[in-house]
Amino acid sequence: MKIPYFPGCTLKTTAKNFELSAIASAKKIGIEFIELDRWNCCGVVSSLTSDDLMKHLAPVRNFLRVQEMNKQGIVENENRMITLCSMCYNTLSLSNQRMKENADDLQKINDFMHREDDDYKGDVDVVHFLSILEEYGFDKLAQKVTKPLKDLKVASYYGCTLLRPKSVGIDDTEDPKILEKFVESLGAEAVDWDAKSRCCGSYHTVNNIDIVYRLVQGIIDDAKKNGADAIITSCPLCAFNLDVRQSEIKEKNSDYQTIPIYYFTQLMGIALEIDKIELGLEFNKIDPEIILTKLNLL
Amino acid sequence: MAKKIKLNDKNTEFYEKIVELSGEQVALCDQCGTCSGGCPFVEEMDITPSQIMRLVMLGQKSVMDSKTMWICASCFTCTVRCPRELDVSKVSEALRQTKLRTAIDEISIEDISKEEAKKLPTIAVVGNFRKFTG
Repeated sequence: MKIPYFPGCTLKTTAKNFELSAIASAKKIGIEFIELDRWNCCGVVSSLTSDDLMKHLAPVRNFLRVQEMNKQGIVENENRMITLCSMCYNTLSLSNQRMKENADDLQKINDFMHREDDDYKGDVDVVHFLSILEEYGFDKLAQKVTKPLKDLKVASYYGCTLLRPKSVGIDDTEDPKILEKFVESLGAEAVDWDAKSRCCGSYHTVNNIDIVYRLVQGIIDDAKKNGADAIITSCPLCAFNLDVRQSEIKEKNSDYQTIPIYYFTQLMGIALEIDKIELGLEFNKIDPEIILTKLNLL
Repeated sequence: MAKKIKLNDKNTEFYEKIVELSGEQVALCDQCGTCSGGCPFVEEMDITPSQIMRLVMLGQKSVMDSKTMWICASCFTCTVRCPRELDVSKVSEALRQTKLRTAIDEISIEDISKEEAKKLPTIAVVGNFRKFTG
């Protein structure tokens, strides 16, 4: 299956390990990501005021590239656009929703993009890779696993943008299960915990780090309390806060027990026996190899 | 003795402005406190999200002096739980925009050290500026 793929800026910079591991893992199960030609910023974060139409221009312009890929035959009748970064998924989905629900707004945006070859027709669907995996089937994924992640206890961290607001959430807002099903399909043990959808502090990491330290510590403590060996995420900003900010907490307090943070696709790659170089493990801040080596998974 | 608040045209004007910008009928708020109870940031706030809703409902411009709207990170926890289905995140955004549109930014790019700027993810920086600058 070939599917148009929107990477977003962070996957080309601080989250290379996410992109590398996702593309390699998807390929292994027969899903090929075709990167959009001339993609631009998703417009992060989604604009929430009623009169801010201009801020939806950037996200919507990307949908034209998906239309073009279909027109040029690069993909066949594939109106879905796959995303990895949860924040891109959220921003793009909310803008798309506004275009689909409001013909006047769509017309205005199209008028702004008059130098483009075509208008956006409103028929692209933004999907997250996890939803594609769910559609592929977690049972089928389990059959592809050649190295089950036996005895690895994984806490699935959803954060905010995969689940909220409800209109774009990929699963139940209060009791999501998709990541846990994914974890079990890899042969690992899914840990039940409270902090799975609690905000990590998000962009406050730029100018108000203390808030992030407090929230990150709460999330990590809850994962440890429930016996997790590892936390997985699909958001490069959550990953940065949980991984880099957690390592800074450790620098200040040497007794602090850290817990490694992985992109969900990195664990998928391990279970599919993809070489660790292709999974970008070297870009993870808190040593991701100790627990994997201990359990003979590397 | 209970403090009396007399509403005037200016209160109504401010209330209507926030309703228009947010698209939310703030007066529907029951003051049940669910938003404040579930907010992961409430410890950092000077007044709670439900107090914000009440002040907006009464058209009290003093709400703009609170830090709460800047602490709110649009995590939508309140939004998905509100029994009146009000999007409290949108009300925070409307308040932020009301300030930012007077050309007063909440942060300056110089506040970020070069060392930090190098390691921060792009979405953190762009997201931050989208929320704190006009």
